[in-house]
Amino acid sequence: MTTYFNEMYDNGAVRAPYARLEDWMRHMPAELRQMKQAEAETLFRRIGITFAVYGEGGDPDRLIPFDMFPRVFTAPEWTRLERGIKQRARALNMFLADVYGRGEIVKAGRIPARLVYENEAYEKAVVGFVPPKGVYSHIVGIDLVRTGPDEFFVLEDNCRTPSGVSYMLENREIMMRMFPDLFRENRIQPVDSYSERLRRTLASVAPAKCTGEPRVVLLTPGHFNSAYYEHSFLADLMGVELVEGQDLFVEGEFVWMRTTEGPKKVDVIYRRIDDAFIDPLCFRPDSMLGVPGLMDVYRSGGVAICSAPGAGVADDKAVYTFVPEMVRFYLGEEPILNNVPTWQCGKSDDLKYVLDNLPELVVKEVHGSGGYGMLVGPKSTKAEVEAFRLKILDDPDNYIAQPTLALSTTPTFVAEGIAPRHVDLRPYCLVGESIDLVPGALTRVALKDGSLVVNSSQGGGVKDTWVLAE
Amino acid sequence: MRLTVDHVTCYRYAAPVRGVVQSHRLTPSVFEGQTVLDWKVTVSDGLQGGSFRDGAGDRISAWSVIGPVSEILVQVTGTVDTRDLAGVLRGHRETVRPEVYLRDTLPTRVDTALVDLSEAAEGADGPLDAAHRLSAAVAEAITYRPGVTEAHTTAAEALGLGEGVCQDHAHALIAIARHRGMPARYVSGYLFADAGGKAHEAAHAWAEIWLPGLGWVGFDPANACCPDERYIRLASGFDAQDAAPIRGIARGPGAETMAVRVAVCTQGQQQEQQ
Repeated sequence: MTTYFNEMYDNGAVRAPYARLEDWMRHMPAELRQMKQAEAETLFRRIGITFAVYGEGGDPDRLIPFDMFPRVFTAPEWTRLERGIKQRARALNMFLADVYGRGEIVKAGRIPARLVYENEAYEKAVVGFVPPKGVYSHIVGIDLVRTGPDEFFVLEDNCRTPSGVSYMLENREIMMRMFPDLFRENRIQPVDSYSERLRRTLASVAPAKCTGEPRVVLLTPGHFNSAYYEHSFLADLMGVELVEGQDLFVEGEFVWMRTTEGPKKVDVIYRRIDDAFIDPLCFRPDSMLGVPGLMDVYRSGGVAICSAPGAGVADDKAVYTFVPEMVRFYLGEEPILNNVPTWQCGKSDDLKYVLDNLPELVVKEVHGSGGYGMLVGPKSTKAEVEAFRLKILDDPDNYIAQPTLALSTTPTFVAEGIAPRHVDLRPYCLVGESIDLVPGALTRVALKDGSLVVNSSQGGGVKDTWVLAE
Repeated sequence: MRLTVDHVTCYRYAAPVRGVVQSHRLTPSVFEGQTVLDWKVTVSDGLQGGSFRDGAGDRISAWSVIGPVSEILVQVTGTVDTRDLAGVLRGHRETVRPEVYLRDTLPTRVDTALVDLSEAAEGADGPLDAAHRLSAAVAEAITYRPGVTEAHTTAAEALGLGEGVCQDHAHALIAIARHRGMPARYVSGYLFADAGGKAHEAAHAWAEIWLPGLGWVGFDPANACCPDERYIRLASGFDAQDAAPIRGIARGPGAETMAVRVAVCTQGQQQEQQ
């Protein structure tokens, strides 16, 4: 029987960060709780935040369940996490600068050339081009799980356009509205500066050809995209224009935005569109979402694109295995945050281990996301495990395996009252002229009893995440 | 050999368009096999944008035309001194690693017939010999014949037809070379064709295969040879689309028609092809 770290209770005693919540929880009668839960849902519906996190697909109008019980970190806990997250974000960016430059880490034999240069996400078009300030991934979303008081593991990195930060902001907003007393009784560090910090980060990477105050825009694929709400929400909070490809055009050496007052030059594009679609003259010629000629302007220093095209090579699941090595290689430091041990089914020794221990492991597709197409060994029937075995044997290269982690739990409101449920954590690290992290993150919670899958498409919800002041 | 190039592309739009944006790879590569004496690219009513050399060593130049416009002329004229290096791309500055060109793309994906064709390299005496054998196998399997294939034809389709043009030959050679673990890429350029040559191939394409010790070496299955002093190299890419000398898009609904005229001549000779 696996024991799970409960973030609130340690052998029946309440852990310090949750001390005041114990009282709050005890004094909440069931009727009040139901009323508050209904209120929260109404608020979420009203603001229209109904998209699926991380592009998981599914019903775009489905509300992701919000759990009112906050998840809490103390200042010292967070300080260590923050150092680890920033360290990782820095190393990932140095890796990108390296593999599009001299490729020292490959030459040193610390990562196989094949994983980098034959990677689908490695963009030949930007080899040798150095983006403004040398930054490739401007918003690094790092998915973490906790297994003990001081044990955190990185599940994956998201270097392209991690989504979900609107939940971090909205969850807080709604909690403050519904439970103002909680925010008087607890010294909770604010997260609402995120949007301004994001804007500053983006402005700090304006290209050299930009003189004066940089104009930042947020480029969205459009309202049919599942994260459109987040795009408009962030653009609004930052006070920048939300644009689609057709609102921008290239003329001469620059990118311009159509406005009622005539064309305005654009300096920084925060794009929420994949590389393949941003410029039909450089990538997919059938893309209608992008801006024709954008890549030529970018590569001749007329505009900044965030994240930089090609940044995806750093967050591939196979490259993930080497991130601790990147930290050592570029920073000469030991990684503060550990990776989950990972077996590559494409390697014969690893494959043997995986097949021998399948009922204990979690197996994922290399390019999969959203919790689909994965096997959670201990939570699966014998038949499911055997069916998955055949899938792995059919295409071993397509799978990686990890031990089933004992994800920590936090108290969560459920139909029967309050019960522990498993959680993960996604902080959003900003990288521009400097590296910046708000004291907060998105916590996803597996609402099903015993479930370790926190994805919203698989019955996951979200929680407000507190970082207490010293 | 001193070659002069006169290359005109005319785009016509059924209805005036609001604007046109193009990305050009229309400048001869810089390497020991060719020296540019003069070279000029003009775009009618065009506004020149950024110009830079990319990681593959190609000169990329951006152009835009402010509409409304219903016709655009892209004119390339110049003179290049060429040398026969037996296909070897000596002295070419580029930073993209050869392994990058092991990745396949839709037109260069192998099917079983291409895999069979790649067996031509079995028992070869080293990679150079293997490359020659692959090139010869493609030349034999795909007969030169214009009009049977089009821009989107894949290597597998062309091999199935047994006929095609230089683009199909290059795609097929790239596909089977990559299948054998040899980095390969598509090259676009010009070819001077003498009286006995295939006149319509003045705007030409071939393949380059990366060979240890030699680096990138050109192979032209369409003419069963390696590029020599009759060739002018412009640009490279994963496939024809990625290496296209002109990529462009017009804003507006007007249907586009295109006419191309290319003439590659030696000095003192007037030879023009339609």
